[in-house]
Amino acid sequence: MSVLKTENATMRFGGVVAVENLNLQLEKGEIVAIIGPNGAGKTTAFNMITGVYTPTEGKIFVAAKEDEETLIDITGRRPDRITSLGIARTFQNIRLFGQMTVLENVLLASHLRLKSKFFGAVIGWPHYHKEEKQMRIHAMELLERVGLAEFWDEQATSLPYGKQRRLEIARALATEPSILLLDEPAAGMNPKETLELTEFVRNIRDEFQLSILLIEHHMQIVMDISDRIYVLDFGKTIASGTPAEIQANERVIDAYLGVADDD
Amino acid sequence: MNQLENRNAYMGLAGRMSKKRRRNVTLTIVFLMLLGAFIYCASKGFVLGTYEIRILRLCGVYSIAALSMNLVNGFTGQFSLGQAGFMAMGAYVTSLLIIPAAQKAAIYYVHPIVPWLKDVQIPFLFALLIGGLVSALCAFLIGFPVLRLRGDYLAIATLGFSEIIRIILTNAIPVTNGSLGLKNIPNTANLWWTTIVTAVVIIFLLRMMKTSYGRAFKAIRDDDIAAEAMGISLFKHKMIAFVIGGFLAGISGGLLGSVVGAITPNYFRFTLAYEILLIVVLGGMGSITGSVIGACIVTIAKEKLRFLDAGMNLGFVKIPPIDGMRMLVFSLLLMIIILFYRRGLFGSREFSWNGLFRIIRRIGAWFGRLFRRRGHPEGGADA
Repeated sequence: MSVLKTENATMRFGGVVAVENLNLQLEKGEIVAIIGPNGAGKTTAFNMITGVYTPTEGKIFVAAKEDEETLIDITGRRPDRITSLGIARTFQNIRLFGQMTVLENVLLASHLRLKSKFFGAVIGWPHYHKEEKQMRIHAMELLERVGLAEFWDEQATSLPYGKQRRLEIARALATEPSILLLDEPAAGMNPKETLELTEFVRNIRDEFQLSILLIEHHMQIVMDISDRIYVLDFGKTIASGTPAEIQANERVIDAYLGVADDD
Repeated sequence: MNQLENRNAYMGLAGRMSKKRRRNVTLTIVFLMLLGAFIYCASKGFVLGTYEIRILRLCGVYSIAALSMNLVNGFTGQFSLGQAGFMAMGAYVTSLLIIPAAQKAAIYYVHPIVPWLKDVQIPFLFALLIGGLVSALCAFLIGFPVLRLRGDYLAIATLGFSEIIRIILTNAIPVTNGSLGLKNIPNTANLWWTTIVTAVVIIFLLRMMKTSYGRAFKAIRDDDIAAEAMGISLFKHKMIAFVIGGFLAGISGGLLGSVVGAITPNYFRFTLAYEILLIVVLGGMGSITGSVIGACIVTIAKEKLRFLDAGMNLGFVKIPPIDGMRMLVFSLLLMIIILFYRRGLFGSREFSWNGLFRIIRRIGAWFGRLFRRRGHPEGGADA
């Protein structure tokens, strides 16, 4: 049962075809990786799914939260609407809210589930206080989960790089997603953090019942973690399959993985 | 910090009445009482003359205008310069609603006023609110096309709409009396009015920025792409900020009309928007305290520097009287701020009693060190 599906999604920028006929499927509970050389269109694919770009052609479907059998066409919807349908993402170049604290960053992501209206919140209706309280408890639980609870009052951008990545994940989780898109989660992490990341991603998938789509250049992580892999090259999907199949695929080796240099 | 205190802190609750908090509450009450006593004495004419009181009333008016601009520019990060137009709207609506019928006949001597406005006269508070609401409505309508723009484009578009409002006011002669403007506006907005309205606006904004909506505004300012990816509807939140900003600008315009007594469309040219922008940048983008203090500094300085306009004899060179000479000082001030205090006097910080005490302690310690170094190498007063 797929929770996310793209049908011939194509993105053109003028004459350049950034992504061509992407047919991607994400099953419930799966971890799927998109790999490929720089400029292959991986992030563009993410941007199409999350609504930053509207695909030039093709369609994108996501399973409804309440009823996973029905697929909703999200092609061309606004990013915030898509997020409220349960797709959350992190960014390749970390995008935290710099002038806000760690806790505020996570709280912000619960805003889309807030039911109180503007004036109710400013006047301070009891209902708003209740919601704010729940948001704070939930946010602290998430921070606890990613091991950042003790830094809650610090400015988000003052954290070291690896922690900022984890904060981005906590923030994405606060939107209560069913699908999580991770754009190069291991970039800039040290070897120890990289090792922990595999375990961490698996754990949050189980804990929050997520399906995860990730872009990653770190092959060890990709091969360890993914159930399936899509390989893009110049916007075209050149291969897809299990890690073992991908590692054996001639075209992928030519385009991206390369051959071990034994001399 | 023990666990309970930590929990209270991240839950956003003020701890139990700790010693510090009790002190701060006391200080706030004392401050408000002193302020009240001061306004009382001032309005009875004990301490200040009418001229000084008028300046203080203008401080309040400009504070609200600056806060309105700061909400949109400083807190939500949308570079909008439309405040002058919204102020004009508020000023005209409020003034037309409070000028007595007898006065209206005298004001509209060239072209008679439209009949439906002739006999309208309502209490000041309602007139002020209606002025604010009409401005908010203008902001709402203008917001639809312009809030899709960003950065400089938004600034130009809002500036343009502000000029359009002014030109409409100039040409809708049967309603607004055209470029002759309105005069004999009742002088209802005394120091009590301006101070209390300013206080209400400050409390409203402080509360608002603490809510989830306030966080959403700040998130849009910090990174709109990330904010949208986290499910924040950019348009909706920009619109809320823009409409509230329009409302506050309208209120400040309404007060302005009543304080100065006479308004013309020319008062609300784009130079007024720049003046308010100067206040916001001087005080600090994203600081409520900064806007209020910036407004007081600029308003008072503008009056106190009037002698510069009168011409000077520096001994070796004579400067003839030039109108607007004092504005040179503000240009210099702005340059100095941009060179040395890029984030304004307050940055995005706010006033707090704890912060004040910290500064006092630091100055005390500094003096202590100075004293020791100078006179008594051993011992001496320790701060």
